[in-house]
Amino acid sequence: MTAEKVIVASNLVKTFKDFRAVDDISFEVEAGKIFGFLGPNGAGKTTTIKMLTTTLAPTQGTILLAGHDPQRAPLAARRAFGIVFQDPSLDGEMTAQENMKLHAVLYSVPRGEQAGRIEAALKFVGLWDRKDSFAKTFSGGMKRRLEIARALLHTPRILFLDEPTLGLDPQTRNHVWEYIQTLARDRNMTVFFTTHYMDEADRVADEIAIIDRGRIVAHGTPGALKENANAATLEEAFISLTGHAIRDEQASSSDRTRTMGRLWGRT
Amino acid sequence: MSIIYILWLRQLKRYSRSRARIFASLAQPILFLFAMGFGFGPTFQKAGNGNYIQFLAPGIVAMAILFSAVFSGIEILWDRQFGFLKETLVAPVHRIQIVLGRTLGGATVAIIQGLIVFCFCMIAGFRIQDYGLLPVAAAFMFLIAMLFTAIGTIVGSLLEDMQAFPLIMNFLVMPMFFFSGALFPVKNLPGILSGVMRLNPLTYGVDGLRGALNHGFAFGVTTDFVCLGLAALVLLAVGNYFFARIEV
Repeated sequence: MTAEKVIVASNLVKTFKDFRAVDDISFEVEAGKIFGFLGPNGAGKTTTIKMLTTTLAPTQGTILLAGHDPQRAPLAARRAFGIVFQDPSLDGEMTAQENMKLHAVLYSVPRGEQAGRIEAALKFVGLWDRKDSFAKTFSGGMKRRLEIARALLHTPRILFLDEPTLGLDPQTRNHVWEYIQTLARDRNMTVFFTTHYMDEADRVADEIAIIDRGRIVAHGTPGALKENANAATLEEAFISLTGHAIRDEQASSSDRTRTMGRLWGRT
Repeated sequence: MSIIYILWLRQLKRYSRSRARIFASLAQPILFLFAMGFGFGPTFQKAGNGNYIQFLAPGIVAMAILFSAVFSGIEILWDRQFGFLKETLVAPVHRIQIVLGRTLGGATVAIIQGLIVFCFCMIAGFRIQDYGLLPVAAAFMFLIAMLFTAIGTIVGSLLEDMQAFPLIMNFLVMPMFFFSGALFPVKNLPGILSGVMRLNPLTYGVDGLRGALNHGFAFGVTTDFVCLGLAALVLLAVGNYFFARIEV
């Protein structure tokens, strides 16, 4: 019996003018698996996630999310996944519960089930007693947990996590991964994540793909990757595959305005 | 429907929780009302145009709606910078539902601001001439609010960050306000000025509001209604177009 393929990407290409950000990549992820997508800055990780999550159209190639094509049936594809973005995407001027309620309505969770599911999800991440606090008063770790809880509300088949543990302390990081592993195991949820912490990827991922300059340069279990690269740790394997050069990314205008916003006392 | 409602509700909640914003955006219209109203009042009266507060009040109400509505639309920028916009853009809903929810929410907030300023106008001595025309006044307030929330939506969808915000205020919002007849009568003006004002949709909004509250439309209630309504529809469509093209 072969397990169901929940994410199928075939020959994905994305070009921006004459730059090939993603250059003919293909991969499949089975139901209930935790899939780590690693790569240096600017390798094409975020572009790939954007294409998978319907916000960017591929130049070539196809994607299937739980059987739905994000380009042809974006709404059905969106119902199939939950996402935790790299940057917070909460409304700080609303309480934790209000953020959850808004998500439940946006994803057409049946009215009668909303309250129960919100309570269960907030309890799962340990934020039920803070449900009436404004999201802007939460620490980085609490925001991340709230976003994970929110992404689970519509019981998606797939959970996308873009650097879910960035900027969190080790305790919170362990907690976050515990939640995620529980979800994959108990709900047969497929998890697709990116991270820069190789030790985390090594510990939690069932399967890893390493992308560099828009191409997948290695793909397999963490053990197999280390073996092939003849490395003791995943980090060594990663560096031997992608080289030592430091990649630069430009600060986006968002980063600049976020700084401005802080000056003005916004979240 | 529930999606539009929840986004509308969100705008209202954000408004009611942001005291600083309420006061800050009320301060300017009220300053104009008292400083201009009482400052120019005697001159206006001597020129044979009657009571200036009575003339000015509808313009000041329109001003409050204008500023608040544009600002509500531009809130898209804040939502983009602080990430919340992404949450709505990857949700399984059509973009037009998001635009409608936001626009109606922003317009409602703007109308509330307009009503608060209207109360101050009453304190300053404004008197409603014909209570039967209040529904007409309400309709014009709604159209002004929708029109300028739509303009805010366009600006918010096109800009990447807040750095261009002062530019928008100085070169779009302030001129629209000054060349709308909010502060002075539209009759007997120099040709160019009169032409510019005829192209400004707010001119019809101010005239409609003033006509309804004060008895006496300069252009006629139908002209006001049609010009303002058409402009609002077109700008809503343009706003929807640009919002649909936002990439996260």
